[in-house]
Amino acid sequence: MIGGDLSTRILLWVAVAFVVISAVVLYRAYHGPTIQDRLLAVNVAGTNTVVIIVLVAVAFGLPDMLDIAIVYALLNFVLSIAVARFIGWEWI
Amino acid sequence: MALTTAVVAGLALFGLLFAVVAVVGVLRFPDLYTRAHAVSKSDTLGVGLVLAAAAVASGSVGVTLKILFLFAFMLVTSPIAAHVLARSASLDGVEAWQVDPEEREEREETEDDQ
Repeated sequence: MIGGDLSTRILLWVAVAFVVISAVVLYRAYHGPTIQDRLLAVNVAGTNTVVIIVLVAVAFGLPDMLDIAIVYALLNFVLSIAVARFIGWEWI
Repeated sequence: MALTTAVVAGLALFGLLFAVVAVVGVLRFPDLYTRAHAVSKSDTLGVGLVLAAAAVASGSVGVTLKILFLFAFMLVTSPIAAHVLARSASLDGVEAWQVDPEEREEREETEDDQ
């Protein structure tokens, strides 16, 4: 059992659930028939990672980690755009 | 205190529910366009609710403002990323999923019989 008061415990268990969800969605990243399917799955896993970082930051009382979450969200967006362009289309 | 905990629990569990729905959509839907549809709406709402739960639990103005900024950023970028992927697939010539024509004819015939 994770320690702390009740709302902290709820946040941490939700973070655990998001870890499980991110692991499950990697099935699509591995099997996805098109490269866009894989990229979409990685994008979902990255979004869930941002949520996990925010939940851990609030639960452990580390507000500086929120900056890490913001940078991670930015990198996640740049990843999708950059790979979509790298696949071979010049219209972006 | 108890009210705060109840609000945190409700927001976090509803957000988790929507995130699970998004993942089920990504795993079960038949082609990229429907999967992007599931992600860009359901996942954005789920993330927003969980971030709201975190903001309520923190009880601090600075943390809440940072989380609001983060959510506004994700609200803009998540649909853009899904749109970029869908358009990239469309230009790659990925066919949109549709009901098998023979199956559709059978379905319409049974509807006519009723």
